[in-house]
Amino acid sequence: MSDFLSFTIVGLATAAIYAIGASGLVLTYTTTGVFNFAHGAIGMLGAFMYWQLRFDWGLPAPLAFLIVLFGFGPLVGVLLERGIFRGLQGTSEAVRLVVTVSLLFAMIGVANWIWDPQENRLSEKFFGGSSFKVIGEIITYQELLRVGAAVVVAIGLRVLLYRTRAGIAMRASVDDRPLAALNGARPDRSAMLAWAIGCSLAMLAGMLYVGGIALEAQSISLLIVNAYAAAMVGRLRSLPMTFLGAIVIALVQTYWGAYVPQGSEAAWAQYFGQSIVFAIPILILFIVLLALPAARLRGHGLTRTREFYPMPSWVGASRFAAIVLAGALMAIPLVAAKDSLTIAKLFGTGILVLSLVPLVGLGGQVSLCQFSFAGIGAVTMSHLGGGSPIGLVYAMVFAGIVGAIIALPALRLSGIYLALATAAFAVFMDRWVWKLKPFKLPFTDVTIDLFGTAGSLSVERLKIFGFDSGAKGKVLGMNLSPEDRQLIVMAVGFVAVAMVVVAIRRSSFGRRLLAMKDSEAACATVGMNVTGTKLAIFSTSAALAGLGGALIGVANQSTNADNWQFLNGLPVFMIGVVGGMGRIGGALFAGISLQVLNTMAAWPVLNTRFLGMGPAPEGWYSKFAFASPGFMGIGLGRNPNGAVSDMRVGFEPILMSRRALAIVSIGIVGLYVATLRVDALNGWIFILGTVVLLIVGAQIGKSDAIAKGTLEPDPDPSIEEFDGTHLEWVGIDRPVTDTDIALLDSKLGLTREALA
Amino acid sequence: MSLLEVDKISMRFGGHVALDAVTLHADPGLVTALIGPNGAGKTTLFNVICGLLSPSSGDVYLDNKSLTKLKPYKRARLGLARTFQRLELWSLLTVRENVQVAAELRAGFGSDGVDPRSEIESIVERVGLSDMIDHRVDELPTGQARLVEIARALATKPRLLLLDEPASGLDDQESEGLGHLLRELAADGLAVLIVEHDVQLVMDVSDHIFVLDFGRVIANGDPASIRTDPAVLAAYLGSSLEQPS
Ligand SMILES: Nc1ncnc2c1ncn2[C@@H]1O[C@H](COP(=O)(O)OP(=O)(O)O)[C@@H](O)[C@H]1O
Ligand SMILES: [Mg+2]
Repeated sequence: MSDFLSFTIVGLATAAIYAIGASGLVLTYTTTGVFNFAHGAIGMLGAFMYWQLRFDWGLPAPLAFLIVLFGFGPLVGVLLERGIFRGLQGTSEAVRLVVTVSLLFAMIGVANWIWDPQENRLSEKFFGGSSFKVIGEIITYQELLRVGAAVVVAIGLRVLLYRTRAGIAMRASVDDRPLAALNGARPDRSAMLAWAIGCSLAMLAGMLYVGGIALEAQSISLLIVNAYAAAMVGRLRSLPMTFLGAIVIALVQTYWGAYVPQGSEAAWAQYFGQSIVFAIPILILFIVLLALPAARLRGHGLTRTREFYPMPSWVGASRFAAIVLAGALMAIPLVAAKDSLTIAKLFGTGILVLSLVPLVGLGGQVSLCQFSFAGIGAVTMSHLGGGSPIGLVYAMVFAGIVGAIIALPALRLSGIYLALATAAFAVFMDRWVWKLKPFKLPFTDVTIDLFGTAGSLSVERLKIFGFDSGAKGKVLGMNLSPEDRQLIVMAVGFVAVAMVVVAIRRSSFGRRLLAMKDSEAACATVGMNVTGTKLAIFSTSAALAGLGGALIGVANQSTNADNWQFLNGLPVFMIGVVGGMGRIGGALFAGISLQVLNTMAAWPVLNTRFLGMGPAPEGWYSKFAFASPGFMGIGLGRNPNGAVSDMRVGFEPILMSRRALAIVSIGIVGLYVATLRVDALNGWIFILGTVVLLIVGAQIGKSDAIAKGTLEPDPDPSIEEFDGTHLEWVGIDRPVTDTDIALLDSKLGLTREALA
Repeated sequence: MSLLEVDKISMRFGGHVALDAVTLHADPGLVTALIGPNGAGKTTLFNVICGLLSPSSGDVYLDNKSLTKLKPYKRARLGLARTFQRLELWSLLTVRENVQVAAELRAGFGSDGVDPRSEIESIVERVGLSDMIDHRVDELPTGQARLVEIARALATKPRLLLLDEPASGLDDQESEGLGHLLRELAADGLAVLIVEHDVQLVMDVSDHIFVLDFGRVIANGDPASIRTDPAVLAAYLGSSLEQPS
């Protein structure tokens, strides 16, 4: 019995941390409408700052504690509100999601940048671990501090929200910002206050967690997933229910860890024993999701959006496919064998991004667990593939089925819940499923063995239609190493998936997805089963990710759990959105950027072949490379169509003029042949030359197209501003000029053709 | 029994009673109008009929079948279509695609062999938007966007059509065209239930009128009797109801 009591005390101390973290999350969400995926990362920053002050610089603990709690916390909150979140008002839920996910990623990057993750950062328990006794129970002062802090937070928030003007204004601005403003509240100030308090609470939770552990940026940031579960019990609204949720979760976790036998030989203990303790909050989160009532169908009235999803033509798609395949083939003689493999993986990443295009770009849904599906694909391929393409089919089927099961509880709910459920699933896989040792299913002879005892699986290389991608030798006169063959397989895989995506967009299914993204209410009233449609696209997207994972496994010849971690998958999501979710070109862009940035694997390519410099330097920019997908994601919102549409607008004129097209294509082919023949030329010069050709070609194409009248000239910047006079005063302050009329006409879209 | 039977529907939002035991009906071949001042509960009633809101009490029947437990899309598949006062068009798609999505769904779920996919252009022509068929709907002015909503609803080949203020934003000529269209649809055997503020249009096209005020039906009858009903005149005090048509 006394054991039970002491476990309860331990559990309550953990619950206190979850509750403080979750209450900050709920506060910012209800006040500002932003669900902050970076909340845990902010807590992590607080923990590191505290460590810095207390253990590195040796400040007294209370001083360090107060500096972080009342200094850094509010400061970070205010900076985030002013710098990022204020600008997000009125943007779509998806954009806000990407921004906070990017923030999570960037913060981990920044923390690893400042505090080298290779070093061990130990911390001491609060109050030197000293304790006191109450009715025979030993209670540490650290536990008392944690629980006490939670009680103070609970009372403080209650008083703030119900007894103070500022708090009442905060509650009002949730429901209706403009209305609250009319009534004299100042929503911006409420939002800033909410962010300041929210960040302080996050950092408080982070600091309380520090006592006695070694600091590690990623795991502390992801601890927040446990707090999500607590917040979900309170339906992201009720603080008392959130506290209750935190207590239940922490106690279940603690009792489980205490009473379920560890390390026993029994099958059930093998898979329920140790590692599931960490997955318990997520299981609870899923149960709560199942119990939540379905959300109302979303409608919004007619909006004018800046997003644009043009119908891709088969001609254009084939041209894209031909260019990609030709590019892959041309690269083979230029790069060393291991670099072929690097480029091959770039296409693999591209496939994972492509898998998101129909889901996010067309359907307006979100998935943060594409990497988990990819992992399922890779494991399936290893077990069932054996070099046969049938393995790819299995990979897709398995990933698709798991996708459907995950999505089902969340699809009835609004977007943020789907994001949460998918993130939770990914962490669930990280914490439990991927860690399972081989075990026998109870009452059967079936052995479940994911990554074997070694934690890593080998994947056989594909043999398709008599093409053995593991062999060497000549094919159709080209000397192809196994690595070169992977490049070909991956490029073909990428193009095939791209075609599937184009086909979806062009089909009635694709139209339905775009409709659903816009107005679910209208979809339902013309007889569309909205939940079924969401399920279909989610499952399709998971299947495509499974295919991508299987192919990546094949290229690597192996796969392990570390390949498919939640955090590794986030950049795919973020850069994919930045690259543009409406276009297949965006996926390629994302694949290239990620390969270049995230792993810096492209460095050896540039290095060996092009630059001849020393080994890849370790340094600030490889850390920057890790954080930069986060920065790119944060910058989103300027152009919701993504970077590729900018590039496309720039280079489109090449296709509008035969002359420009001829110059560019002949130039590139000539340069390529020269590069192969002439020793002094190398791939680096080839790339530079190609870029120059493209830019020159775009200029020629533009002037030709303007001469032909197929392209409008750029507006003359000199007439942009009405000479600084406000439009209302033109004609009063000064006479109307022809320039004014021309500008007005162009703003109103009254071009020559429109009038003719 | 009528095709649509609304039976003592009440709807409360918190303490606010938006609908109070509303009973009304609509029949094939007739244009039925639902009028009433702003905030009377007309849009709320439409939302209840098509299932976007579940009522606090009461039932809705279509062809003697209770709809109360059915999801919105199931109701649509039974032949119920509507337009929205606050437009709910798919602004990423063109006019043609908006109608096409509905037609494709109808071809998929209908068990009567009706396939409206070949009629997309004629449906768009019927509402007078042939010129705009390949424009994105967010390029259209509000009046024309309303017509797209009607076209989309028609592409599901409904038995009952609910129109929420279809004439607002239309000019006189377009309103007149809409009036003709409504009469034609009724002549085709559709049951049309229309919410409209344009009294002239309502008096011209409807066979039967229900008047809603503060969530209650305060009168119903043919246009002539509604025009002289004292309760209606009181509810519409100062408005244009008395103008001769
Ligand atoms: N979702 C809602 N929540 C709370 N009140 C609502 C909601 N929808 C409508 N109402 C209220 O119900 C009443 C009826 O609204 P509505 O049906 O839109 O009127 P009408 O269409 O006749 O102008 C109004 O007082 C409105 O404020
Ligand atoms: Mg209304």
